[in-house]
Amino acid sequence: MDFFLETLVGGLLAGVMYALVAIGFVLIYKASGVFNFAQGSMVLCAALTFVTLRDKGLDFWSAGLVTLVVMVALGVAIERVVLRPLVNQPQITLFMATLGLSFVIEGVAQILMGASVHELDLGVVDVPVEVGPIQISQFDLVAAGVAGALVIGLSIFFSATRIGVSLRAIADDPQAALSIGIRLQTLWRIVWGVAGFVALVAGLLWGARQGVQFSLTFVVLKALPVLLIGGFTSIAGAIVGGLIVGAADSLAEIYIGPLLGGSVSTWFAYVLAVVFLLIRPAGLFGERAIERV
Amino acid sequence: MSSIGSDAASDFIAATPDALWPRVRRALPIAALLAAAFVGAPAVGDDYWFNAILIPFLIMALAGLGLNLLMGYAGQASLGTGAFMATGAYATYNLMLRLPELPLPASLALGGVIAGAVAVVVGLPSLRIKGFYLIATTLAAQFLLEWTFNQYGWFSNYSTSSSISAPRLVFLGYDLSSPVARYLLTLTTATVVTLVAARLVRSQTGRIWTAIRDMDTAAAVIGVPVARGKLTAFFAGGFICGVAGALWAFAYLGTVDARSFDLDRSFQAMFIIIIGGMGSIAGSFIGAAFVVLLPILLSRVAGAAFGGAVDAGQLENLQNVVFGALIIVFLIKEPQGLAALLARLGRRLSSPSRR
Amino acid sequence: MSSRIGRLRRAAILAVVGLGLGAGLSSAEEPPVQKQYIPLLTYRVGAYASSGIPIWAGIIDYFTYLNEAEGGINGVKLFWDECETEWGVEKGVECYERVKGGKDGSPVPILWPHSDPIGKALTEKAAADKIPLVTLNYGRTEAVDGRVFPYSFPVVLSFYSEASTAINFIAQKVGGKDKLKGLKIATVYHDSPYGKETQPALDLLAKTYGFENIQIPVAHPGNDQSAQWGRIRQLKPDWVFLRGWGVMTPVAVKTAAKTGFPVDHIIGGIWSSSEEDVRPAGAVGKGYLAITTYPAGADFPIHDKIRRFVIDTGKSNLQDKKSFGSVYYNSGIVDAIILTEAIRTAQGKFGHRAINGEEARWGLEHLDITDQRIDEIGATGLQPTLELSLSDHEGGGIARVIQWDGAKWSTVSDWIQADRDLLRPLILERAAAYAREKGITPRSDADSTN
Repeated sequence: MDFFLETLVGGLLAGVMYALVAIGFVLIYKASGVFNFAQGSMVLCAALTFVTLRDKGLDFWSAGLVTLVVMVALGVAIERVVLRPLVNQPQITLFMATLGLSFVIEGVAQILMGASVHELDLGVVDVPVEVGPIQISQFDLVAAGVAGALVIGLSIFFSATRIGVSLRAIADDPQAALSIGIRLQTLWRIVWGVAGFVALVAGLLWGARQGVQFSLTFVVLKALPVLLIGGFTSIAGAIVGGLIVGAADSLAEIYIGPLLGGSVSTWFAYVLAVVFLLIRPAGLFGERAIERV
Repeated sequence: MSSIGSDAASDFIAATPDALWPRVRRALPIAALLAAAFVGAPAVGDDYWFNAILIPFLIMALAGLGLNLLMGYAGQASLGTGAFMATGAYATYNLMLRLPELPLPASLALGGVIAGAVAVVVGLPSLRIKGFYLIATTLAAQFLLEWTFNQYGWFSNYSTSSSISAPRLVFLGYDLSSPVARYLLTLTTATVVTLVAARLVRSQTGRIWTAIRDMDTAAAVIGVPVARGKLTAFFAGGFICGVAGALWAFAYLGTVDARSFDLDRSFQAMFIIIIGGMGSIAGSFIGAAFVVLLPILLSRVAGAAFGGAVDAGQLENLQNVVFGALIIVFLIKEPQGLAALLARLGRRLSSPSRR
Repeated sequence: MSSRIGRLRRAAILAVVGLGLGAGLSSAEEPPVQKQYIPLLTYRVGAYASSGIPIWAGIIDYFTYLNEAEGGINGVKLFWDECETEWGVEKGVECYERVKGGKDGSPVPILWPHSDPIGKALTEKAAADKIPLVTLNYGRTEAVDGRVFPYSFPVVLSFYSEASTAINFIAQKVGGKDKLKGLKIATVYHDSPYGKETQPALDLLAKTYGFENIQIPVAHPGNDQSAQWGRIRQLKPDWVFLRGWGVMTPVAVKTAAKTGFPVDHIIGGIWSSSEEDVRPAGAVGKGYLAITTYPAGADFPIHDKIRRFVIDTGKSNLQDKKSFGSVYYNSGIVDAIILTEAIRTAQGKFGHRAINGEEARWGLEHLDITDQRIDEIGATGLQPTLELSLSDHEGGGIARVIQWDGAKWSTVSDWIQADRDLLRPLILERAAAYAREKGITPRSDADSTN
C-alpha cells in the first residue's frame, strides 16, 4: 500500500510538470485558436538561452530577465510574422505552420547556441523527503509549488484584469468581441508573450530535471494527452489533466506494464485520453461547441 | 474541415463529361507523365535516382493519398498514418512469410486490407469525437501500434530487434530485387491505387465523404449515411497507407523496424497533403515532391554553395530553418495547397488558346 | 496576380538551376592517383547532435593528423566529405546512394552508418554493392558471424559482449564469478529494439551464474522515470545495469539519486558512458560507473600528436575544445584507427593505392591490431586489441569501466573480457535463422584466402 501511495504521489508530481507545458498550449489556443506545436521548441529555446547566458557569466536573475525578454520578443514575432497572415485559415493549417515554426526555432537556437548538453542547476537540493512511510522528491515538490503559483497567478491575471476579460470575450465570440472594440492583435501579442514566459518556467524546471538538450522538445508529447483530457481551453483543465495523466502513467507503468512485458508510458496516456473523450468529446473542461446546421 | 482544395481538385483531376477535347487535353499530360515514369525513367535513371529519390517519393505520395482520402475528402483528421503504414508492412511481411504461395500483389493487397480493417477500428471513435480532438484517437493508435509491433516478437517472426526484412521479392518468376524492378513495382502499385482512388472520390462514396467533410451534422440530417461514410473513409485511407507501408519496408528500405513508422512519418504525410492540397489527388504527389525532395535539394545546393566554407553543423541547421520557413511561406501564400496554385497556373496558360 | 506567377517562375528557374548544380556535383572529375575517399554519414542536427559532433571531430582530427604528420596511409592521403542523416533512415539511405560510387576516382572502402536504423536498412544494399559497414559497439549482433554477413562488421563489442562485460565487472567487484550466485541484477533498458537486444544474453548469463535477472523497461525518450526507480527501490537489486539512450541516462542517474539508490552501483552500458550522459545529472552523478571501449582522457600519446599537428595548427574540426579527449571524441579516434588500419592491411595485399570495398573487406577480415601496433599508434589503454576473421566480425569483446567523479571520467578497471564462447552459440543460431530466411549460403572459412 505504501508503495502504491508512493507511486501515486510521484506520478501526481510528475503530472504537474506535464501540466506546466500544457498551460502554454492552453493560453494560445484560448486566445487565437492555434494548437501551437512549437511550444516544445519554445521550451528548448528558453532553457538554452538561459544556460548560455549563465555560461557567459550572468547571474541567475539577470539571465532570467534577459531570457524573458527574448521569449516575449519571440512570442510577439511569431504572432506578427506567422499567425497574423494565416488568420481565418483552418485549424489544421495553423497547426502545420507551427510545426514548420518548430523547425525554424530549433534550427536558429542551435545555430546561435550550439547543440551541447548543459547542466542547469537551480540550486534546489534534490534529496528525498520522507513523509510518513513514503518518499517524495524535494525537487518535484518545489516544481509543483512553482507550477501552482503560476496557475494561480495566471488565473488572477486573466480574471481580474481587463486583458483577461477581453481574452474571455474573444474566446467566447470573436466577432462580438471585435465589434465592441477589443483589439485582437494587441491581445494576441500579450498572450504570446505570456506563453513565452510560461515556456521559460517550463524550460527551467524541465531543464533542471533532465539537462538542457534537444530532447526537451519531446515534453510536448507528454503534454498532448494532458490537453486532450483537460480540454484545450481551460487552465484548470490542464492542471487536472496533468494530475490524471501523471498518476495514471506511473501506476500503469508499475501495475500494467509488467503484465504486458514492456513500458506502457508511450501510449497509455493517449488511450486514456480516448476513453475520456468518448465520455466527454471536448475534454473535461472544454467547451462543447453547439453545432448549428 | 472546410472545403478547401476541392474545386482545385475537380479542375485538376476530374474530367467533366461536357466536351471530349478538353478531357483528352487534360488526360494528355497525365499520359505523358506516365510514359515518362514507366519508360523514360528506367531508361535513364541510376541507382541513386531509384533508391534515394523516386521510390521514397512515390511511396510517400501514396501515403499522402491515403491520408488525403481520409482527411482531405472525408474531413477526418488523422495522425495515425505511420501506424497504418506499419500495420500494412507487418501484415504483408507475415503474409509473405506464412503464406508463401500467395503471389506478391495478393500479399500487398491483403496487407492493405488488414491495415484498412485496423484503421476502421481506430476510426470508430470518430462517430462521437470530432475535429481536432479526433487526432487524439489516431495518436493513441499511432503509439499503441508502434509499441505493439516492437513489443511482441510474433509480428517480426522473433527476429533480432523486432525488425522485419523483405523476403525475396518475386513475381511471375521475375526477381524484383534490383533498384529498377523495385521502382517499377512501386510505380505500378502507385498508378493502380491512384487510378482507383480517383474513381472512388468521384463515385457515390466520394460524394458522401465530401458531404460529411463539409457539414457533418447537416449531412446526417438530410440522410447521408455519416457513420458508414466515415468508416469507409478510414478503410480506404488505411488500405492505401498500408500498401504504402509495405512498399516502404520492402521496396524501399529492405529492413525496417517499427521506428520507421513513428509519429514523424505521420506528420510528414500531413505536411504532404496540406502543402500539396487537401482534397486533391494530384496534391498528394505535389506535396510529396515538396516534403521528400526539397530537403535533398537543399542539402545538395547548400553543399555545392557553402561546402567546406561554413561549419557543417551550422549549414545543416540552416537547411532546417529554410525548410521550416518555406513551409510557413507556402502555407501563408497558398493555404489551399500547391495543387490549387498549379491548377490556376494551368488555367492561365490554357486561357489564351480558348480565346 | 501576375507578380505571383512571375515569382513562381523565378522560383521554378531557381529550382532547375539547383537541380543542375546537384547533378553537376555528383559527376566524377578526373581521378587523382593516390587519394582515398572516406564518406562520413553525420548527425550534427537533431536529438543526438550533441554526441555526434565530438565523434566527427575525433575522426576528422585523426585523419588530418595522418595526412599532416604521416602523409596519409603509406602515402595515400585521405579525403572525406559529410552527408547529414539526422540519425534518420531515409536521409541515411539517400546519403548512402549519394556516396557509394566513390569520389574523384576513389572508391568507398568502408562506410560507417553511425546509426542503428541506417545500419539495418543498409545491410543488404551494402552487401550487394560490396561495401563493408563498420559499426563500432552497435549493429546487428548476429552479424558477428561473418560467414552469413560478409559486409557487416559489428566490431569490438557487440551488445551481447557489452552485457557480459558488465556482469564480469560485477563479478570482479564481488570477488569472483562464483559470488554472482544469488545477486539481484536489474537491467533498466530503453524500451526499443536496441534496449531489448541484451535480453537473450542476460538470460543465459543469469542461468549460467545464478544471479537474479530483473528487466525494467523505460519508454522513449525516458524523461520521467519515477515509476521505474520506485520499483527498484521496492525490489532492492544489488546492481543496476543501465542501458540508456539519449536523455534517458541523465534522468535515470538523477532519479536513482532521488530515490536513494547508490549511484556507484549503477553500471551504464556503452551508450550511457559519455560526458553528455552524466553532465546534466550534476553533482549527484558522482560515482556513476560505465562501460566503454574508448575511455576518456587527453593524455594518451596519440592526443599529444593530434594536439601538435592538428589542434595547435588550427586544423581541428572541434568547435568546443573542452571536448578534446572526451569519450565521444575518443570514440571517433578509435573508429578512425580501426578504419585506417583495415585499409593499411588491405594495402599490404593489394598495393599502396586507394582501396575499394571488396579489398577493404579482405583488410578487415585480416585485421590484427596488436598491443605492439597500438603502442606504435600511441593509443595504449585507449584502443582495444582487435583481431577479426571471416567467421568473427566482432574481434575484441573487451571493455573497460570508467567512473564519473563529478567533473570527469577516470578509468577504474583494466580491459575486461566478455564470455564470448558462452554467448557465441546464441549468435550462430540467430545468424543461421537469418541465412535461412534470406536464402544465403554461408561462406566457409576456406574463402578467407581470397
